[in-house]
Amino acid sequence: MADTITKPEVKKAEPWFGKKERQLISDPLNDNNPITVQVLGICSALAVTTLVYPSLVMAVAVIFVLVFSNLITSLLRTYIPNQVRMIVQLIIIATLVTVVELTLKAYSYDVYKKLSVFIGLIITNCIIMGRLEAFAMSNKPWKATLDGLGNGLGYGAILIAVALVRELFGKGTLMAGSGAEMKIIGASPDYMINTLESTLFGWYQPNNLMVLPAAALFIIGIFIWIHRSWNPKLVDIS
Amino acid sequence: MQHNTRYVVTFVLILTSVVALLLTFLNEAWKEKMETNEAIFNKKAILKAVATDVGFEVDDMGDEEVLSIFDNQVEQKVYDMDGIELTPEEVLSIRKYKGGQAEFIDMAKEKKLDEDVRLLPMFIFNGDNNKKYYIISVRGNGLWDEIWGNIALENDFTTIAGASFDHKGETPGLGAEIKDNPVFPASFKGKKIYNEAGAFTSVFVRKGGARDPLHEVDGISGATVTADGVSEMMARGIKYYEPIFAAAKNK
Repeated sequence: MADTITKPEVKKAEPWFGKKERQLISDPLNDNNPITVQVLGICSALAVTTLVYPSLVMAVAVIFVLVFSNLITSLLRTYIPNQVRMIVQLIIIATLVTVVELTLKAYSYDVYKKLSVFIGLIITNCIIMGRLEAFAMSNKPWKATLDGLGNGLGYGAILIAVALVRELFGKGTLMAGSGAEMKIIGASPDYMINTLESTLFGWYQPNNLMVLPAAALFIIGIFIWIHRSWNPKLVDIS
Repeated sequence: MQHNTRYVVTFVLILTSVVALLLTFLNEAWKEKMETNEAIFNKKAILKAVATDVGFEVDDMGDEEVLSIFDNQVEQKVYDMDGIELTPEEVLSIRKYKGGQAEFIDMAKEKKLDEDVRLLPMFIFNGDNNKKYYIISVRGNGLWDEIWGNIALENDFTTIAGASFDHKGETPGLGAEIKDNPVFPASFKGKKIYNEAGAFTSVFVRKGGARDPLHEVDGISGATVTADGVSEMMARGIKYYEPIFAAAKNK
């Protein structure tokens, strides 16, 4: 008799990493990307993407905050009083952001100096509040964690892609300021594509427009355009 | 879930207490590390002013290297606005900067005080062949927020040996170029802050390109307000040090 009772329980248990769970990660990368589809978190995407390295740090910081705020909110979801749930979410986010800020200050001071304002602004990043309200408040901790990871990755991927374009064409370098700086295009003898001898990109003058915030706006615009023509599901039928 | 007021208040109190404890603990645990980082960051900014002239790659320097250069080759002095040197004890009696040392003077705080009670930091860098550089700190306003810099003078107190600038919130690609573009600080090298008659001229950032090769540097396109801020900061900030220069020259 005991067997017949336990069997259905085993069937009921949800798989750790089934189709639904995979979708939680893959959806924000494509069909439901926070930046190109939901158009959230644009402020930081415009501000920090002048260089790849700070964008990378920003992406890691946002992923950290998003994963743990989703997890903590989901764990507390039955205890959080409905009247003050927004404030409670904000406290959780602000705490995690402060932890990130202190960690950078103690272990990577240069990056902290470069990103200080924007790290603080993670608190107001709509992606995080949006995920807590829309997902973590009504789902189990493991799913909420995956959702945070997926959205963080979706945000980070666009951030780094924008930064790659802006730094390459704006400065001719990649990863400047990280200690692994690569000089790629432009007219200088120590650039990777040697422009004094070859004529491949010798004419290229770093374009200062790409460093300005306006460039991020139209690069993100172009990304949205590419994303929509590649994924017709996203195009409004109306 | 709807809860009664007592539950809400208790929940919020417990949550904030836990959060406050956690953050206080982290802050205290890392305090020393963060202070060291900040001190090294400031030291690097000061060394950057002489970097081009003595051939330092400040950005590639390890923490140890910065500290040892600072301990062995840099003398720190603090002056009041009349150009009188103050001992660390005197500095401490006026304002509580750590150890009464010039490197811990908070220029942002000094800038808010009345002009006649400010403290002036000076760093004397002893280079090879007994060559001395006098590094002074200046602070002013850019377009969005404060800008500041360290200016290294040669021992004639007239020729600029190098400069480094930083800012709080200038626009990347425009005003932020005063720090990000190495060409801008480098263009100050060799400029004179006094003319041949011995009158104070400072160094001006000229929109459209320098006309006077001795007292002007090229502006940055799209950053006229920040550049004007640099000119104003240099003219005012260096002038504060004039009594000190005069006394040193007469010695």
